[in-house]
Amino acid sequence: MSALVRVQDLSMRFDVSPPWLNRVLERKPRQFVHAVDGVSFEIPKGKTLALVGESGCGKSTVARLLVGLYRPSAGAMAFDGRDTREWFAAKDAQALRKRLQMIFQDPYASLNPRWKVGAIVAEPLTEQAILTDPAAIRARVAELLTLVGLNPADSAKYPHQFSGGQRQRISIARALATAPEFLVCDEPTSALDVSVQAQVLNIMKDLQQQQGLTYLFISHNLAVVRHMADQIGVMYLGRLVELADKPTLFATPHHPYTRMLLDAIPDIHLTGRSRVAVQGEVPNPLNPPTGCSFHPRCPHANARCALERPALNELKGIRVACHAVEEGRI
Amino acid sequence: MNTKNKPALLQVRELSVEFPTRHGVLKALDRVSFDIAPGEILGVVGESGAGKSLTGAALIGLLEPPGRISGGEVWFEGQRIDKLGAAAMRALRGRKIGAIFQDPLTSLNPLFTVGQQLTETIQAHLPLNAAQARDRAIDLLRQTGIPAPEARIDQYPHQFSGGMRQRVVISLALAAEPKLIVADEPTTALDVSIQAQIIQLLKRVCREHGAAVMLVTHDMGVIAETCDRVAVMYAGRVVETGPVHQVIHCPAHPYTIGLMGSIPAMDEERERLLQIDGAMPRLNAMPPGCAFHPRCSQALPRCKEAVPQLLPVGATHAACWLHHSEGRA
Amino acid sequence: MSAQPTRWQRFFASDLWYSYRRSPVAVLSSLALLICVVCAVFAPQIAPHNPLDLATLNLMDATLPPAWDAEGSRKFLLGTDGYGRDILSALFYGARISLFIGLGSVLLSVLIGVTLGLLAGFVGGRVDGFIMRVCDVMLSFPSILVALLINGVGKALFPDAGETLAFSVLILAISLTGWVQYARTVRGSTLVERNKEYVQAARVVGVGSLRIMRRHVLPNVLGPVLVLATLQVALAIITEATLSFLGVGVPPTSPSLGTLIRIGNEFLYSGQWWITIFPGLMLVLISLSVNLLGDWLRDALNPRLH
Repeated sequence: MSALVRVQDLSMRFDVSPPWLNRVLERKPRQFVHAVDGVSFEIPKGKTLALVGESGCGKSTVARLLVGLYRPSAGAMAFDGRDTREWFAAKDAQALRKRLQMIFQDPYASLNPRWKVGAIVAEPLTEQAILTDPAAIRARVAELLTLVGLNPADSAKYPHQFSGGQRQRISIARALATAPEFLVCDEPTSALDVSVQAQVLNIMKDLQQQQGLTYLFISHNLAVVRHMADQIGVMYLGRLVELADKPTLFATPHHPYTRMLLDAIPDIHLTGRSRVAVQGEVPNPLNPPTGCSFHPRCPHANARCALERPALNELKGIRVACHAVEEGRI
Repeated sequence: MNTKNKPALLQVRELSVEFPTRHGVLKALDRVSFDIAPGEILGVVGESGAGKSLTGAALIGLLEPPGRISGGEVWFEGQRIDKLGAAAMRALRGRKIGAIFQDPLTSLNPLFTVGQQLTETIQAHLPLNAAQARDRAIDLLRQTGIPAPEARIDQYPHQFSGGMRQRVVISLALAAEPKLIVADEPTTALDVSIQAQIIQLLKRVCREHGAAVMLVTHDMGVIAETCDRVAVMYAGRVVETGPVHQVIHCPAHPYTIGLMGSIPAMDEERERLLQIDGAMPRLNAMPPGCAFHPRCSQALPRCKEAVPQLLPVGATHAACWLHHSEGRA
Repeated sequence: MSAQPTRWQRFFASDLWYSYRRSPVAVLSSLALLICVVCAVFAPQIAPHNPLDLATLNLMDATLPPAWDAEGSRKFLLGTDGYGRDILSALFYGARISLFIGLGSVLLSVLIGVTLGLLAGFVGGRVDGFIMRVCDVMLSFPSILVALLINGVGKALFPDAGETLAFSVLILAISLTGWVQYARTVRGSTLVERNKEYVQAARVVGVGSLRIMRRHVLPNVLGPVLVLATLQVALAIITEATLSFLGVGVPPTSPSLGTLIRIGNEFLYSGQWWITIFPGLMLVLISLSVNLLGDWLRDALNPRLH
């Protein structure tokens, strides 16, 4: 299966330097945050890649880079074989935008409170001139709302009349308006209650099966990711530390951070599995550790880890960026 | 409901909270009852709008007007506290009952150092002088795992990270040796790995200080790891309560069953998650009888007519007509 | 399936209307304002006399006291001024001019301020910096001085200006002192809304920046502008009155309330108080009701106060 989305050495650097005057007067240096630092992965058509990590790991930035909200500082992204950086700036950018869409995390901020639901869902259609006849647009909106389990009559209401879960469904309906092939989902259920989350995740899985959608699913919740993903990438401070298919990642996690994340998940069913104590906190992204960014918290770190950044190596079909794994120490 | 032989530390009986609005009086809590034994960790779990945070707020006297307690009694250490005046409640808060809130950023005053806030609380409730209070503060910080507490005690909240701040908040809550701590979603705003650390910390220091905890959260995983007993709330009512093991592995109430089924599990895979259709009813549109019956796959005719009481079912207590002979008419 | 409620039904069921009904201040001040506006708009129809028509004036009627006074006449309910103009009618016509200038300058201020604020907040960077510095500069000048300056320049440039031009210059002068508040408020709100996910969703779809500003962000930042505009109307009317009082406002042929106050001031010491007091009271009534209404609106639109 050829990859629909291919990302190579993607990097995004934000300039968070103090203002020019401060830099001159106080001799402060320019400061950069490498929100995304050399990330590479592929997503085959019809599959789901999940990116997991804690706050500040750059997964949301990767999502925004893929849909064109940011322009990368370095690296390449390709959609269906064509470089997206060039495509977004080209005249036929709308052809690309039609094929990929995004679902956001906050159900309360992702819908314009002053617009009716019908207008919100129809916006991609009207903006990209896919449909121009008002009756056709209304029909399509009704079809989309029914698809996500809402009533077509809801198109005359305002977002504040709906609950969080229903709003997220409206977001999904809007994302599907142009019949995209690729959906980037940035923590779509993190702000929802557990039972509502179940509804939304079920809808997303059903839609993927019905329409052959490809998902990039961002989350910090490994249990949700386990339910949704085919392949999982673990990110830490902007770097991809492990990339594996789901069964392998959960059965035999290699990178120490992945193991730590899995251990940190609360043991709901009280299976009494053994856990390694978790140490430390995510360091300040303005001042990341040298070498491997995880080494201050890693129980297996040695001298090399503090000096040399590990490369993402292939190992029996998975990719891990860890000196200890490469050297066979763990 | 008290399974230990010690007298209960906190007894909540038929607590009701109302909000008078222009559309009528909304009943946010409806005859909520539970006990907490000394040193026990009780989890109160429910989804948004279930009323769990309100319960915590009502207990410590921090209900925001126009909300008010409209019925029921709250007994703490044998003394009735729901009708106490503001001054008496203030003396109780901090000394006997501590609180931990969700957002560590706003729980600490950004203008004062951590040390100043700790010593202020300590001296307000304990007869210690400034030097003794400072020593106690340093000791508390050390207990909650803050490295180099002698140096960090003079730092401001913004100089701590999120997880560290929450540890400071826990120190603050424990400062006056309270008997009960009300923790409202203490780990929700934190990263997963920090969450695990804070949960362990909370359990450990509460056991060490002998404080009971009322842990309010929507996260069943946190409950499973931390609590001895759990109360499940739905639409302002307690629908099930019992020891954590029992409620998680053999829930009796259909809502609890649905809740446990919708949580994606780490140990087994399912094609589809168990889904409870519909949503929790809004306070101004509560269905008659059992609040869950419109969404319940096993609803009986009785469920529409009368609100079920919390009665023993096996090892737990559940408020459900399915389990009581009256329902099987 | 019940029909969707109409716009009016939704409005009357809303919290805003409820808050209005329950606030005696809001109801009274809006009624007072309504009366003033009606008098002003329909002045030619309902004023007992036309004070602008010199042909109808009779010097014999000059400086008559109000009707309830012994020497007053029923024909002139509130008395007359030095030229025999009926004070009551002059009030109506004066209010007309004052309200016209007040509302006109606020509209222009809102237009300039909201546009610049949106641009500054949305585009950011140097554009934002530049616009904010312009705001700072504008704020360091007292508004009366700016108005005097622009007025003076306008009169110097067009010495034979007709009435319309004089009004336009006056409106421009007052609006140029008032737009800064709107720009700052809107910029703040725009900065917040710009980062919200519905704006990002629109970008993902490919909506251009201008369209996003106009169709997505603008409706969400107008709330505080409404409150500010209401309060600024009073300020604009008083500024105009001040300018007219100083003699540099409206042309003397169309006296506004400020002009009337100035003219009447000279008679104050002769004991003919009605010529200045009644226009003054009218000005106070308009400004006070607009201010009270604006205060109520600000609290009613603030969701946290409920």
